Amino acid sequence: MRHTISVLVENEFGVLSRVSGLFSGRGFNIESLCVAETMDPKVSRMTLVTSGNDQIVEQILKQLNKLVPVLKVIDFTGVDTVDRELVLVKVNADGEGKPEVLRLVDIFRARIVDVAPRCYTIEMTGGEGKVQAFLQMLRPLGIREIVRTGKIAIARGM
Amino acid sequence: MQMTGAEIFVKALADLGVDVVFGYPGGAILHVYDALFKNMKVRHMLCRHEQGAVHMADGYARASGRTGVCLVTSGPGATNTVTGLATAYMDSIPVVVFTGQVPTLLIGNDAFQEADIVGISRPCTKHNYLVKETKDLARIVKEAFYIASTGRPGPVLVDIPKDVLTGSARYDLPKEVSLRGYHPNYEGHPRQVESAIRMLLSRERPVVYAGGGVILSNSSAELAELSRVLSLPVTTTLMGMGAFPGSDPLSLGMLGMHGTYAANMAISNSDVILAVGARFDDRVTGKVSEFAPHAKIIHIDIDPTSIQKNVPVDIPIVGDLKDVLRKMIKLVKGKKEAAAYRGKTAAWRGQIASWAKTHPLTYKPSKGKIKPQYVVEQVYKLTKGKAIIATEVGQNQMWAAQFYTYEQPRTFLSSGGLGTMGYGLPAAIGAQVAMPGRLVVDIAGDGSIQMNIQELATAVQYRIPVKVVILNNGTLGMVRQWQELFFEGKYSQTCLPRIPDFVKLAEAYGAKGFRAEKTEQVPEVLRKGFAAEGPVLIDVTVDPGELVYPMVPAGASLTEMLLV
Ligand SMILES: Cc1cc2nc3c(=O)[nH]c(=O)nc-3n(C[C@H](O)[C@H](O)[C@H](O)COP(=O)(O)OP(=O)(O)OC[C@H]3O[C@@H](n4cnc5c(N)ncnc54)[C@H](O)[C@@H]3O)c2cc1C
Ligand SMILES: Cc1ncc(C[n+]2csc(CCOP(=O)(O)OP(=O)(O)O)c2C)c(N)n1
Ligand SMILES: [Mg+2]
Repeated sequence: MRHTISVLVENEFGVLSRVSGLFSGRGFNIESLCVAETMDPKVSRMTLVTSGNDQIVEQILKQLNKLVPVLKVIDFTGVDTVDRELVLVKVNADGEGKPEVLRLVDIFRARIVDVAPRCYTIEMTGGEGKVQAFLQMLRPLGIREIVRTGKIAIARGM
Repeated sequence: MQMTGAEIFVKALADLGVDVVFGYPGGAILHVYDALFKNMKVRHMLCRHEQGAVHMADGYARASGRTGVCLVTSGPGATNTVTGLATAYMDSIPVVVFTGQVPTLLIGNDAFQEADIVGISRPCTKHNYLVKETKDLARIVKEAFYIASTGRPGPVLVDIPKDVLTGSARYDLPKEVSLRGYHPNYEGHPRQVESAIRMLLSRERPVVYAGGGVILSNSSAELAELSRVLSLPVTTTLMGMGAFPGSDPLSLGMLGMHGTYAANMAISNSDVILAVGARFDDRVTGKVSEFAPHAKIIHIDIDPTSIQKNVPVDIPIVGDLKDVLRKMIKLVKGKKEAAAYRGKTAAWRGQIASWAKTHPLTYKPSKGKIKPQYVVEQVYKLTKGKAIIATEVGQNQMWAAQFYTYEQPRTFLSSGGLGTMGYGLPAAIGAQVAMPGRLVVDIAGDGSIQMNIQELATAVQYRIPVKVVILNNGTLGMVRQWQELFFEGKYSQTCLPRIPDFVKLAEAYGAKGFRAEKTEQVPEVLRKGFAAEGPVLIDVTVDPGELVYPMVPAGASLTEMLLV
């Protein structure tokens, strides 16, 4: 099963490689990973998406907690969250495809951020389902490149 | 007052009570050596290889319970420590390794003798540091010792660039360590402890499975008390040898791949296992799906990652063993349930005793070739079980575990997790430095001993009277054993022609050399060797055909033992 895990870490030299090294060294999956500073500049937040059976995920959480610069580990499974991903996508926009691109941009509330003679660059944010759907709709029109940030998540309420 | 980084470093070591450092100098760390020259409190021992230096610090730690310290230069000095770090990491040994580094500004430039040792050692240290400023040095030194020795112990590496050593700052060693992300949990949850006792008392075929954690937490006395109050049979892992007195009637000896028949049968037929400071290693469980099929498992460990890692656990307790065992003793000691329990489990102990009786550890004695097991028995007899035994890796290690009876913790020093050949001699030296009054013996193989033989020079230089007994079978015996059993006897690359002449080699180093080639010579040669002053190497020619039994083939279940 897939899990979204939020890890608060000391914002210090080498902390990213400690976390990523843990995953590669122990053969854990890592599907995406986002890192940035929090309100407290001494603390960074990593949001990572991983998968595995219950026993593996239990090990992942315990092993993360064991790292000295890790302050807090939250598994968002079963927690009501808002999650988002930002995608930049370059898509063919010539001839018949062009109006279809514009229509999709409108429907998915995306934005065109760069225009070239035969292609548009589109910015889009959304939850996992929306991102998947958007990319699926664009695919027949000819996607040239996709850049995704990976998922970030925050608990609802409070 | 302003001091240089190097002075701060040495003063911090002295203030933290470090009495000895095992090391090897070089350019990047020279300023520390200069500061050490003027310091009277911290003794430095010059090893002959940085790997040896880490194993010495490790042996020092295992024998004494204090943190071992190692000091080396950048680049090759640092990379040479990696095997030592990995060895200590796998066995949870508190060691702090300080490495010199090129100046901060040159880091990343492929500078002379630069190696990214923080990157290289990350997966084989509990934690590591690159010191960036002189003002942080004292604090980091303090934190390194704190992390190495608390919670589940382990090695910590501190990388110190040259400019941090030459720069200056005020000496400010913090009184307390505060690390937001590091809080080992020492207190076992009282309700979990109660449930554990309830579960234990509700069953009839208990076994205690005791590991290195008993020794690391200094709770042998508590373990002995609990097991006596409830008459619990105890088996130990290789790392747990000495955690429970081997001669105690409740002791089953070692379990696992080369464990005793009684221990493996007891675990496999038990209905409840109390796992204390042991981590269900694959050398212990055999085929996991068939491990202890009838047993409920209670697992006490200070490291949550050890629990539920390899086998599902019924009652997990995270905490320091000393605390948890004390709580358990309190719940049962002097209670009538304890007496009733001893009665209820008597039949089970009878069953175990009969397994032990029908299949004791044994070998076929012979008049011709010297049996390695016999040599270990003679070492035991001669030392009355009072020596500190270090081992190399292979058959020698297994026979040292099986045929010497360990009564006390910290008397059996062996690389269990990594299985590092070449560990024994430097570890024995480190142990002897920590315990000057004790007899320290390295039970060695002819292959392993050559991996750190250069440390004989260290032993001679500092008059460290370790005794090495080589069980010389002319082969990489343990590998050959697998080839004999599982590769149709094709002995690919496992023959060691008798090179070098170990007696002459010992003499070349200025140590004393002895040799035994016939069974009847063994007691006398050992006696002479142990009585001789200074470091001694005793080369015993043993039967190359001898195999370690019992043996559970890799991947088989524990009950599928090959026996003598
Ligand atoms: C050739 C060879 C053959 C081997 N054959 C065998 C064999 O037949 N049988 C065998 O047993 N081993 C064997 N080994 C060793 C094996 O590989 C493992 O090293 C060993 O089984 C691990 O021992 P352990 O479970 O006691 O764990 P250790 O590595 O000693 O781990 C200690 C555990 O205690 C915990 N702990 C630490 N401090 C505390 C505390 N204060 N409170 C609570 N818990 C704490 C730690 O978190 C850890 O989980 C062999 C090794 C070699 C090289
Ligand atoms: C550094 C290292 N290399 C290789 C091995 C694999 N290995 C395990 S036991 C062994 C043979 C050891 O030979 P020896 O020291 O003579 O001991 P014996 O088994 O003959 O008693 C080898 C090569 C190892 N454990 N460590
Ligand atoms: Mg050999």
